[in-house]
Amino acid sequence: MFKTFPKGGIHPPENKITADKSITVLPLPSTVTVPLNQHIGAPATPVVEKGSAVKTGQLIAEAKGFVSASIHSPVSGKVSKIEPVADSTGYKQMAIIIDVEGDEWIETTDRSATLVKEITMTREQIVERCRDCGLVGLGGATFPTHIKMTVPSGRKCDMLIINGVECEPYLTSDHRLMIEKGPEVLTGVTIIMKALGVTQAVIGIEANKPDAISTLDGLSKDFAGISVVALKVKYPQGGEKQLIKACTGREVPSGGLPLDVGVVVQNVGTAFAVYEAVQKNKPLIERVVTVTGKSVSRPGNFLVRIGTPVAKLIEAAGGMPDDTGKVVNGGPMMGKALAMTDVPVTKGTSGIILFPEPESRRDEIMPCIRCGKCSSACAMGLEPWLLSVLSEKAMFEKAETEKITDCMECGACAYTCPAKRPLLDYIRLGKTTVIKMVRERITK
Amino acid sequence: MNNILNVSPSPHQQSSETTRKLMFGVVIALLPALAASVYYFGTGAVIVTLTSVLACVATEFLIQKYLLKTKTSISDGSAIVTGLLLAFNVPSNLPLFIIVIGAVISIGVAKMTFGGLGNNPFNPALVGRVFLLISFPVQMTSWPVPSGFKTGYTDAVTGATPLGIISEGVKNGESISALMDKVPSHMQLFYGYMGGSMGEIAAAALILGGIFMIWRKIITWHIPVAVLASAALFTGILWLADPTKFADPLFHLLTGGMMLGAIFMATDYVTSPMTPKGMIIYGTGIGVITVLIRTWGAYPEGVSFAILIMNAFVPLLNMYIKPRRFGKEVRHG
Amino acid sequence: MSSTVLFTVIMLSLLGLLAAVILYVVAQKFKVVEDPRIDLVNEVLPGANCGGCGFTGCRAFSEVLVRSDSFEGLNCPVGGSEAMGKAAVILDRQPVAVEPKIAVLRCNGTPEHSQRTSNYDGAMNCRVAHALYGGTTACHYGCLGCGDCVTSCKFDAMYMDPVTQLPVIIDDKCVACGACVKACPRNIIELRKRNRKDRKIYISCVNKDKGGPARKACIVACIGCGKCLKVCPYDAITMADNLAFIDSFKCKLCRKCAAECPTGAILEINFPVKEEKPAGHAVTEVN
Repeated sequence: MFKTFPKGGIHPPENKITADKSITVLPLPSTVTVPLNQHIGAPATPVVEKGSAVKTGQLIAEAKGFVSASIHSPVSGKVSKIEPVADSTGYKQMAIIIDVEGDEWIETTDRSATLVKEITMTREQIVERCRDCGLVGLGGATFPTHIKMTVPSGRKCDMLIINGVECEPYLTSDHRLMIEKGPEVLTGVTIIMKALGVTQAVIGIEANKPDAISTLDGLSKDFAGISVVALKVKYPQGGEKQLIKACTGREVPSGGLPLDVGVVVQNVGTAFAVYEAVQKNKPLIERVVTVTGKSVSRPGNFLVRIGTPVAKLIEAAGGMPDDTGKVVNGGPMMGKALAMTDVPVTKGTSGIILFPEPESRRDEIMPCIRCGKCSSACAMGLEPWLLSVLSEKAMFEKAETEKITDCMECGACAYTCPAKRPLLDYIRLGKTTVIKMVRERITK
Repeated sequence: MNNILNVSPSPHQQSSETTRKLMFGVVIALLPALAASVYYFGTGAVIVTLTSVLACVATEFLIQKYLLKTKTSISDGSAIVTGLLLAFNVPSNLPLFIIVIGAVISIGVAKMTFGGLGNNPFNPALVGRVFLLISFPVQMTSWPVPSGFKTGYTDAVTGATPLGIISEGVKNGESISALMDKVPSHMQLFYGYMGGSMGEIAAAALILGGIFMIWRKIITWHIPVAVLASAALFTGILWLADPTKFADPLFHLLTGGMMLGAIFMATDYVTSPMTPKGMIIYGTGIGVITVLIRTWGAYPEGVSFAILIMNAFVPLLNMYIKPRRFGKEVRHG
Repeated sequence: MSSTVLFTVIMLSLLGLLAAVILYVVAQKFKVVEDPRIDLVNEVLPGANCGGCGFTGCRAFSEVLVRSDSFEGLNCPVGGSEAMGKAAVILDRQPVAVEPKIAVLRCNGTPEHSQRTSNYDGAMNCRVAHALYGGTTACHYGCLGCGDCVTSCKFDAMYMDPVTQLPVIIDDKCVACGACVKACPRNIIELRKRNRKDRKIYISCVNKDKGGPARKACIVACIGCGKCLKVCPYDAITMADNLAFIDSFKCKLCRKCAAECPTGAILEINFPVKEEKPAGHAVTEVN
């Protein structure tokens, strides 16, 4: 019997088409567009000017404020523009556009493939290195890693959980990373453990990735304190709170953080990036992206430089099929639909999914029949039908008491609704309004 | 790039479950019971069912098309389910015009006045049934006696239901053991050999439908089990206290509309609570009220009234019985 | 038989009497003393409870009117000066003259003017669409077309035009309560001075991008060229963030600016048809 979280959850078709496609390196594009806000928090400030020559890995924008992350040039070449560019949402935001010339790296990065297992740095040095390399959580939330690696004084952390769940259908980038870069990932985990000062780490992996489980389980014998837990396939197991519950039985309080139960959660991809940053002094300038879809001719997992246009990735996967109706940046449950494909890959891009036309449209909305399936699917114990109505009718005070802010927007409710109601659309609207309301109340 | 892409908020996938599939799932689950009543009551059952379904669908169509002038929603199958359930709740020899009146009340009054599917506080089929029971007491309580398949429609021999016999008998001071000889045996009751409304008689067929619905995840076990268990418990206590005055629990479960009510009527999505805890309270309420009406009320049968009464409590149950919130009982910090 | 009837009558009478006594006692005990003028003022207000005055309904507004010393800054846009005048008589205050206003849609991004680059498939709610992305065209300032304003209008003064995919304001029905202005997440709807015969001249665009991108997104966009600014004899036009704005209270409806606009972003509505139309940019207004 595999472990899992107790309440709610759904099991959408897995569609892991690219599970056996090894990671291939995508050729460099001719230009890259690097947005200054690829993370949660304040946008970075550029430290280069129009016309500056940059090397691969060179700092081009500095973190501004505590919650922020530095950005490094993913390519070598010349900065052609620094101007607002429409990002994946269609709204404009500042970005640095670089014309690619060759691929000349900064000298400090060790580009050899040799595994460096021995950790020489102190805790403080590790955190500093992660900040300098612009590391953010690669699971999708893109929260700056260095903040999560520092345990505030007075709080205690006794366990690290590594999220290798990848519960979103279609996506396989973490899966491939675990198989192909097992020793590096585990070294990264050991580094994070050292930074946090914990002696045990658990890697949670869903049972639909038996090869990843056996690979890491075998390798973990050589690493002290790391164990692998196989989890039942259930969405949204990759949700931080659900993963902690599944692995440890601890329950993060409503409105709280994992640290409230002595746990820090990091993604597998982040662990690998930590390894590269700390042992090889390599900034976060590339990541693994799954490009997939039912009619894509050559789906695969690609190692891509940040700033590469999504269109290039789709080209590498055999081009956009004619029947494409929707392009999603991220997983099918929580990803963002793109209005156009000339937007860049950012630190948070875990996959590009191309949906054929019939699947890309939502079904006709019917009246709510109060079946309660959304409530039973909600892993947070909320009542999506109620929250959605309250948001639609602008009854935000009531929505707040019904814990709308606990919603993690996993989309299980809208997935499961037989009447095809856009539950999450309205809940998300209500949630942002309530958060704004609460913030205003505090500042008053 | 010439494709114009679709953009919507997440999630970008939806399950294959639809309202229509759920409704037709219920229809399939009702088929064994329909077959049983055709077996026992003959063509009357077919005529009543067809009339009721057609009248319900037509009423919904006409109201939406000509009165509300909105898009018609008859294809969602909910009117068919209401029609079937209404037919199941009336005797198989009921004059057709009465069925049509019942259908108009069910759909027109109990469903469309409140805003159509999803907004009705009371189970439409039951509202129709109770309306008919009060308006046409004679026709609604002349139950045909099961006589095997036959083609006659209104010429059936009528008799009382087992519950009616017991209720009448107890009132006249007869003992239960004596009365038990006048009603069919428990095994006969299980297979449906008794007088009663068209679809309520065959407990075996209804249970089969219920298992199908639980298997297909159309309903959960909570409501049927709560109704049946609470009714069994309550009648069990009464029976143990005085077996000469009260019938045994199994008799109560197998007779009247208990099975039909517990499995198909009480579990109607729109008029039942949404949390498992709420469902159990709701089901228990139905079980207890049914037994109260059967034992001490003026009517020999009380499932319809019990469900309608508990329907009224559903908004309250939905408001106060909340699912367990994740991270609620844990103290902060 | 007669005793049954008699008993029933007596019992019911007693019950009725008892209930009356309880009601009377409760009514006396919990009586709320209220200024009688509140009711009088409430009666002269339209009773639409639209919230256009900024308060929660007509009753709340009446209370505010009775409490306040002057009518400065208080106005019922629906009842207008007529209702406010009556209220002023009741309360013996000085009425403050307020110009009547009308809502105006500052976007002309029809499918013909602004090419659709994506297809929105989410919940039909402007706020949801606005939070999600820039919209179905390259202009991320313009109308999203989900009709939040139409839903918010309590006076049936708006409808969605299926051809232009824009909301239409029915001049005769609009009372300028401002509900649509609040409902629009993109601040496209503006309350402007209501002129004679509902004549209107306004910049029908809110795009703050520079000329090039704005024009690329929509052929009738304001490109911020400033020609209207120069030609206006009354200083009614200002320019900020590549976007011109005509102050409806300064504008004298001379129509010089509209003739000058190179993109046709300035709309003139309800004027008698001119003999010679400025060539090249005839504006079709569906109304």
